Amino acid sequence: MRRRKLEELFFKLLMVLATIIVAGSFFLIVGTIFYKGVPYMNLDMITKTPGGGFYIGKEGGVLNAIVGSLYVAGGATILGLLISIPVALYINMYMDGKRFLSNTLRMAFDVLFGIPSIVYGAFGFLIMIYFGIRASLLGGIIAVTLLVIPILVRTLDEVIRTVPLELRDAALSLGSTRWEMAKVVLRQIRPGIFTAILLAFGRGIGDVASVLFTAGFSDNVPTSLHEPAATLPLAIFFQLGSPVEEVQGRGYASALILTIIVLIITVLSDILIKKYSKHKI
Amino acid sequence: MNIRLLKDKLLSKLMLVLTLASVSLLLVIGIGLYYKSIPILQKLSWGTLLTTSVWKPLKGLFGFFPFIMGTLWVTGIAIIIALPLCLLTALYIVEYAPARIKRILTPFVNLLSGIPPVIFGVWGVLFIIPLIQDHIAPHFVEFSTGYSVLAGGIVLAVMIFPLIVSIISEVLRTIPQELKDASLSLGATKWETIKKVVLRKALPGIVAATVLAISRAFGETIAVLMVCGNNAAVPHSVFDPGYPLPALIANNYGEMLSIPMYDSALMFAALLLFIIILLFNIISRVILARLERKLAA
Repeated sequence: MRRRKLEELFFKLLMVLATIIVAGSFFLIVGTIFYKGVPYMNLDMITKTPGGGFYIGKEGGVLNAIVGSLYVAGGATILGLLISIPVALYINMYMDGKRFLSNTLRMAFDVLFGIPSIVYGAFGFLIMIYFGIRASLLGGIIAVTLLVIPILVRTLDEVIRTVPLELRDAALSLGSTRWEMAKVVLRQIRPGIFTAILLAFGRGIGDVASVLFTAGFSDNVPTSLHEPAATLPLAIFFQLGSPVEEVQGRGYASALILTIIVLIITVLSDILIKKYSKHKI
Repeated sequence: MNIRLLKDKLLSKLMLVLTLASVSLLLVIGIGLYYKSIPILQKLSWGTLLTTSVWKPLKGLFGFFPFIMGTLWVTGIAIIIALPLCLLTALYIVEYAPARIKRILTPFVNLLSGIPPVIFGVWGVLFIIPLIQDHIAPHFVEFSTGYSVLAGGIVLAVMIFPLIVSIISEVLRTIPQELKDASLSLGATKWETIKKVVLRKALPGIVAATVLAISRAFGETIAVLMVCGNNAAVPHSVFDPGYPLPALIANNYGEMLSIPMYDSALMFAALLLFIIILLFNIISRVILARLERKLAA
């Protein structure tokens, strides 16, 4: 009997330990980034573009990359939404009675979600060669759009499924068409759409491998779709590879900026999800 | 009335087109990458590409073996580290943790999954590399820079924590309370119930989570690239540097258009990743869908 109790105690301790490691790794990462990034953080970092000699440690900031990243992630999220909302609606509203088909579609989007961003990047690069687009903001947006579509579709799909069937039936029984019913549903899931937007935006702003080939890099804030655009993750990567200490330090500071942006996005979407689930019937 | 019906019809067709277009991405990506790999496949066979180790693009020699081994080493280490930790964590969260602690823990798993790969990379360089160089490696080998498959494996393991924990927790929650009650009422301790009932029932789900995690680890690029050392040789110990496939693609995009066949070789690497990850994903999704259906029945 003692042995059995001891065994239970041992494994329970092991579980607590594992949980501490898994949850603690978050603090370890964020802590490391803050510890190294804060000393190099200053107002210039977020208000100035790289000046002359920025990459040998002279003045400037990463405004170009911050704005570039916002453009790429923002553009991709908007474009992705325009595609994903109709897709999610179609799977849920127009495929009645075809459970197998709609479930297969869901699985296909799950699989697409699993395709790594480097493959999307390489494929985006192929599209660009095919259409003769050079590395530019547009190219980056295209690649990141492909990357976020599966996230948007699956999130929206989950949200739409939480809408009570009675609501749809009520709309239909009043003589509305399926599209009019879809509009009712869309209004109902508005907070869910914001959650999806935040998730997609967060993924888009943090991804490197997809913009590596497609968005290029530039020290200026892009003013048109056809100009190359710097992105924050890429800026971090480049600065970290520099042998100059000052530049590396700015890499840490840039990492801090990106971490803060992403944490804000994640916390916001968490709050939204909680609020949303309160509204659920 | 007619206009309303027409609108509905038109919009439904438009939605169908968008749905088909976005889902066919799976096919189009595969075909596109294959099409671009044809030049190198015509020159060298699949067997040669996959099993030879000489990587000299300028001489037209493309042996992917070191890169495949690099990927396997890094992924293997990541799974060996992450799976036990995540299984124990999921068991604790689902079976033991009081509701209060559960509420505190779940957001952290979420937050961790939101951190971008490049930040994991920076953390790897700042924390894991010095740790290996100064504290771990000296006990085993004479010299290591820290940039090794072990560093890549550790960083990857942390990256896949949230994925494995969330899938296994979900699977654990699907196990019927009656089964656990039956075991407990026979006098088994909670741990014995977990060992003999819960884990046995959850096995397919755990396998699916693992397969999914492997495919995620396979394709991870930037974080691994930053800590792995990127040396095109087959690693022989965890302290050797490695050069995984995604890192190969990312590192060489700049020069790939200036050397003949190089772009084709890199697209072949992307195709290889795509095929492996596609298969792994389909396998795990089918297992998970089956579990879900069994539960619904």
